[in-house]
Amino acid sequence: MLTVETLSRTFTGLIAVDDVSFAVTPNTIHSLIGPNGAGKTTLFNMISGLLPPSGGTIAFQGGDITALPPHRRARLGLGRTFQNLRVFGEMTVLENVLTGMHPRLGVAWPLAVLRSPAARAEERAGLAKAQALLAKVGIADHARRPAADLAYGDQRRLEIARALASDPALLLLDEPAAGMNPTETAALGDLLLELRQEGLTILLVEHDMGFVMRLSDRLTVLNFGRKIAEGGPAEIRDDPTVIEAYLGTKVARKLAGAAA
Amino acid sequence: MMATLDDLLWSYQSLIYGLGTNAILGLSMYAVLQLGQLSLGQAAFMGIGAYTGALLTLRLGLPFPLVLAAAAMVPALAALVIGGPTMKLSGVHLAIATIGLGEVLRVAYINTDAMGGALGLSGIPEKSTFAIIFGLLAVILAGFILASRSKIGRACEAIREDEAAARVMGIDVSAYKMTALVISAALAGLAGALNAHFSSFIGPNEFAFEAAVSILSFAILGGVTTPFGPVLGAFVLTALPELLRPFHDFRLVFNGLIIVLVVIFLPRGILGFRIRRTGG
Amino acid sequence: MLAQQLFNALVLGSVHALFALGFTLTFGVLRVINLLYGFYVAAGAFAALVAVQSLGLGLWAAGAFGVVVAGLVAVVCDFLVLTPLRRAKAPELSSLIVTLGGVLLMNSLMQIVFGAEVRRFPARLLGQDAVTIGPLVVAPIQLVIIATVFVLVALLFWFMERTRLGTAIRAVAERPDTAALMGVNVGLVVAGVSFLSAALSATAGILIGLNFNAVHPYMGEPMMLRGFAIIIIGGLGDIRGALVAGLALGFLEVMTAGYVSSNLKEAVAFTALILGLWLRPNGLFGRASGKRA
Repeated sequence: MLTVETLSRTFTGLIAVDDVSFAVTPNTIHSLIGPNGAGKTTLFNMISGLLPPSGGTIAFQGGDITALPPHRRARLGLGRTFQNLRVFGEMTVLENVLTGMHPRLGVAWPLAVLRSPAARAEERAGLAKAQALLAKVGIADHARRPAADLAYGDQRRLEIARALASDPALLLLDEPAAGMNPTETAALGDLLLELRQEGLTILLVEHDMGFVMRLSDRLTVLNFGRKIAEGGPAEIRDDPTVIEAYLGTKVARKLAGAAA
Repeated sequence: MMATLDDLLWSYQSLIYGLGTNAILGLSMYAVLQLGQLSLGQAAFMGIGAYTGALLTLRLGLPFPLVLAAAAMVPALAALVIGGPTMKLSGVHLAIATIGLGEVLRVAYINTDAMGGALGLSGIPEKSTFAIIFGLLAVILAGFILASRSKIGRACEAIREDEAAARVMGIDVSAYKMTALVISAALAGLAGALNAHFSSFIGPNEFAFEAAVSILSFAILGGVTTPFGPVLGAFVLTALPELLRPFHDFRLVFNGLIIVLVVIFLPRGILGFRIRRTGG
Repeated sequence: MLAQQLFNALVLGSVHALFALGFTLTFGVLRVINLLYGFYVAAGAFAALVAVQSLGLGLWAAGAFGVVVAGLVAVVCDFLVLTPLRRAKAPELSSLIVTLGGVLLMNSLMQIVFGAEVRRFPARLLGQDAVTIGPLVVAPIQLVIIATVFVLVALLFWFMERTRLGTAIRAVAERPDTAALMGVNVGLVVAGVSFLSAALSATAGILIGLNFNAVHPYMGEPMMLRGFAIIIIGGLGDIRGALVAGLALGFLEVMTAGYVSSNLKEAVAFTALILGLWLRPNGLFGRASGKRA
């Protein structure tokens, strides 16, 4: 599905991602974990094409996408959400989802501008699909509100609906549970499992270890930009290098607690 | 009734025609600003259109529709050269790349005898009529309204709100920006040619920095959330100086002040409503 | 002939470089293209002129007066116009647009107050006639210009590297989000940079005014166009790049005027700007760096 090979990124005098390789198997939930500053978001930005790598390659569904611009990757079926919420605040919730559908709206622009019957039909179908997606993530009640008015957790759900609108094969989720209460987090977990059931592949960055351990089929652990471990949840939980990387943090206690 | 309208047109002809061409200029600024891009070359593009149009009419006597088409195309080509390298860079780069264009062209006009040099070109036949100017304005405005209600408008608004998020949504942001800049240059050129063909004179100093900022003030005052904003802004800022003639010296002060106050206190302009589209 | 041209290029280029230095510094720290920067050229020059004519100050005192006045005006303008936008987290372009309106406003006001005609410094201020040094004809004011620029640039580097405020400024420029967390007083840095950059702009204005002995409300505009070319070619926010590109542009302009046509001098900066954008979009010393998402 996604193969990242010897990927690196340096900022002025700082190595953010250092020689990282991993592969995501289709139809799994694969998590990237690591302490703050481990390079997870930088990695996401390189995979989605917002940041050119300093070295290494990224392959998606068998093709090399390292040099492709972000919109081409989206067309190939790569969707993502952002850690620091980036909904289009002035648009309504529905319009946000319709914007996510952009690469799947095929009517030629002159026809779209002139509101031809085909264009109208496409917009109607898009609207129905957008409403279904909002129902799926649980924010259908807010469909016509400006996105900026939504509560934090609802904006996170909107980002997921917007990313799903382009029918991605692989969804990159950057801390989707941040700012959610335990009930919302649990519901989000159920949603992600349901999406995997339907055939979606998910690459997940998340700090909530309980959430990650519950959902992940496989984990890649980063520290200071380097990959330090990879494996299933049980292996990672017992890995001394991982525990050391998190030493003294809340997560270490959680990992220890989970192991006990 | 017709007689009074005729009288009105006659006595305020240049003001009324100016309302139309300035509204087109306002829309030319809208084309880029609605993507969160700033071009400070609108006056320069207008100048290229004005000179192209005037020369084709004066030297070759081409028919007016052909003149207008050429006056739109030449600045569009200039926009390709200027805009090409800046599309992948930040919005600041486009603003900077376009700001010097007016100045360098002024030098070029002054030093080219074929373009009338420092004296400019005079005796341009008055071919712009009320119907042509306002007919074109109506067509352009309708085009922008239709586009902004479609998926194109949705993509444009997404780019204005968050460029990176728009890219990740599969929107080819660079292509949108380039297209917008080319359209904007073409419209400014068209307005320039229309203007030249009713004022009958153009000079090298008309298309410099102050003119560019004036065009910007149309769009800023009206706001760019809908295409109506820049048209209203152009109408207000074109008519107001005529009504406030005693303060003519303060015209530029006023223009500058409007920009400062509106950006700080009314960031969406005086017409801040959103266009209605699917799901809105 | 060539030696003389090179000397003139050095004088012109060093003023360009000084001007662009403050411009690129503002961008590097405040992340704003501040078009008011061009206004401080004329503001400083007029303040110095008033100091000479009305207060009877000498060259150095009047220069210092002009620089301080422009710096204070900048701090006030920044506080009135840019701080509200910064607080509202307005888009990058809003700040550019607001300073664009600001510069039109201030330049036009200045023209109303001082008139559009060119003003001159009294001849006694500029010292003796030009002297001949080997193959060069040198006006004393040109030596003053070169010396001033080199002393100021050295002072600026010392300030940025060795003082607490300078270190804080660099911290904000490199890591704006974390600088505040590290205990840097961002408000102070903003005011400091506004003052400092406007002081550099005003110095350039006074030196230009003395060199050509001409002061007028719109003298900042051609400087701004050059400044844009220099900071793009040098790389936005790159101090070293601004120095090199500033000197290079001075050299190109003098050579173009001397060997091609003086009419084309005005076009050099813009041509260099567009070529620079096509060939080295990230500046002379720029690496291929994507935007931080």
